[in-house]
Amino acid sequence: MSRLGYNLKQAFSQMGRNKGMYFTSVLAITAMMLILGLFFVAFVNVNLFAASIEKDYNVIQIYLHDGNKAEVNQAVETTLRGTEGVDDVKYVSKDEALVTLKQKWGENAYLLDNLPENPLPDSYMVYVEDKDAANALAAAAPGIEGVEDVVYYRDTIEKLAQVSHFVELGSLIAMAFLVVVSIIIVANTIKLTVFNREKEIGIMKYLGATDWFVRAPFIWGGIIVGMLSAFIATGLTHVIYTKIVAIIGGDIARILSVTVVPAEFLTKNVLIIFLCLGISIGVCGSIISIRRFLDK
Amino acid sequence: MIVFNNVTKKYGENVGLINASVHINSGDFVFLVGPSGAGKTTFIRLILKEIDPDSGRIILAGKDITKIGRREIPEIRQKIGMVFQDFRLLEKKTVYENVAFAMEVLHKSKKEIKERVPYVLELVDIKDKADRYPNELSAGEQQRVGIARALVNKPRVLICDEPTGNLDPMTAMDIMALLEQINVRGTTVLMVTHAKDIVDKMNKRVVAIDHGHIVRDEEGSYGYTKQNTEDELYVPGYATYTGVAAAAEPESIAPDFTQELRARTVTTAAPSDYDVDDMLSAYLDGGEDIYE
Repeated sequence: MSRLGYNLKQAFSQMGRNKGMYFTSVLAITAMMLILGLFFVAFVNVNLFAASIEKDYNVIQIYLHDGNKAEVNQAVETTLRGTEGVDDVKYVSKDEALVTLKQKWGENAYLLDNLPENPLPDSYMVYVEDKDAANALAAAAPGIEGVEDVVYYRDTIEKLAQVSHFVELGSLIAMAFLVVVSIIIVANTIKLTVFNREKEIGIMKYLGATDWFVRAPFIWGGIIVGMLSAFIATGLTHVIYTKIVAIIGGDIARILSVTVVPAEFLTKNVLIIFLCLGISIGVCGSIISIRRFLDK
Repeated sequence: MIVFNNVTKKYGENVGLINASVHINSGDFVFLVGPSGAGKTTFIRLILKEIDPDSGRIILAGKDITKIGRREIPEIRQKIGMVFQDFRLLEKKTVYENVAFAMEVLHKSKKEIKERVPYVLELVDIKDKADRYPNELSAGEQQRVGIARALVNKPRVLICDEPTGNLDPMTAMDIMALLEQINVRGTTVLMVTHAKDIVDKMNKRVVAIDHGHIVRDEEGSYGYTKQNTEDELYVPGYATYTGVAAAAEPESIAPDFTQELRARTVTTAAPSDYDVDDMLSAYLDGGEDIYE
């Protein structure tokens, strides 16, 4: 029998003898991974949202008073164009704005069909060179005659950056905790198996077995626990995420002009992360649990 | 085969072995006797490198095992077959599986295992019970399985730790006959025992330990009636070796040299560029036993 075959056979027979304990540890690690997975999913989506509006930082929307005379609008445009740091100014009529909004809303656009009148104002999209110019203009624009409102995403971007930072930090702390707890669970499960085979290990050492020969079946046991947990946790994360996207993603996300990360993309990455994590946890846990017996 | 050279091992205030020097040749049959706590177990544990001595050197099959690392321990153990008082068989494995297990542990092929295990079971006369489990066997039969397991990987030396301790006198003599037969076939046997009658009957070399000292080393009986004197702390008739004949090649001088060495002290100056350890290894690799 090949060495791998021998080790796997030993690993499975050990698991068979301690089914309950192995089952419990798979359950516990799966739960940990699930929590981690949801953190990860939240993190990725917040990041995506932040990135998608961040690229608009150089666009400032200047809404005009309804019923401005053409000369007033013209004067606003001239002022805008004359401002330092402004690259381009584009006029968006209220009708154009409505068409754009309808496109964004997609299949929900019918909601906009029966409006008695177009509530959207005329506006100028001002493209600026950099953040400083954007800040200066955002501060100055409300003072220009004929301007009703200025919409600029800076505040939102900064707040989102904070949220994403917080989620990131939370994930890291949670991950550190969960990994440590998982390793302890695996180590204890495997220690139980090692106890059961203490005599056998003693004999193996007298017979001249190498440390790795003794360790290998236990390490494989740990890896199997880690991998099983990873697959189950990935499946659950996928199901939960798809459900959330189905509820939020379809309508609310579209109305808020938010895109969500596709489930397929996430699932693939979550699986890779969980497998790496699970295998590491299994290997660390088993090495810890058997170290004491080898040193004897 | 096994050389202890001025080996001392203490456990805090407690004494394990003090300045012990013993030389066991390839093919020897040696009893290690002495009262409980005398240092017999320390002696065995040192050979297995379960513990390291505080000072002195231990050479096993040509290798100074006090100088090797943890990773090389399995290699040493593979040269040793261990037989225990309590047999230490795995209850969930059959006789055949218990013996095959020793070969699996060393990654032996299925084919080798299939050839070797029945041969060894035949040798210890337990082949007809190959499919039985240990708890279906008598104590004597279990010890035969233990011996088969120790022998299956063709060790250079068999270390038996009170192998007859759990056996009735008749069965014990059967096991002794088996061990002697194994010894005659070329395996060195070192047996730790309390059984005076067995030692007296076998008439083999007896190394006696007391309070960590080697108090006697000679052919014959168990009883150590002689009063310990300072001289007897050292193995009588064995030489202290402090150098190497400078001009001689190991191959050319080895055969006679070793014989001579048993009788007297050889002190020779070695050239400064001559590595005494290399020289020694050359002798030992050549199958010679040298008391350093």
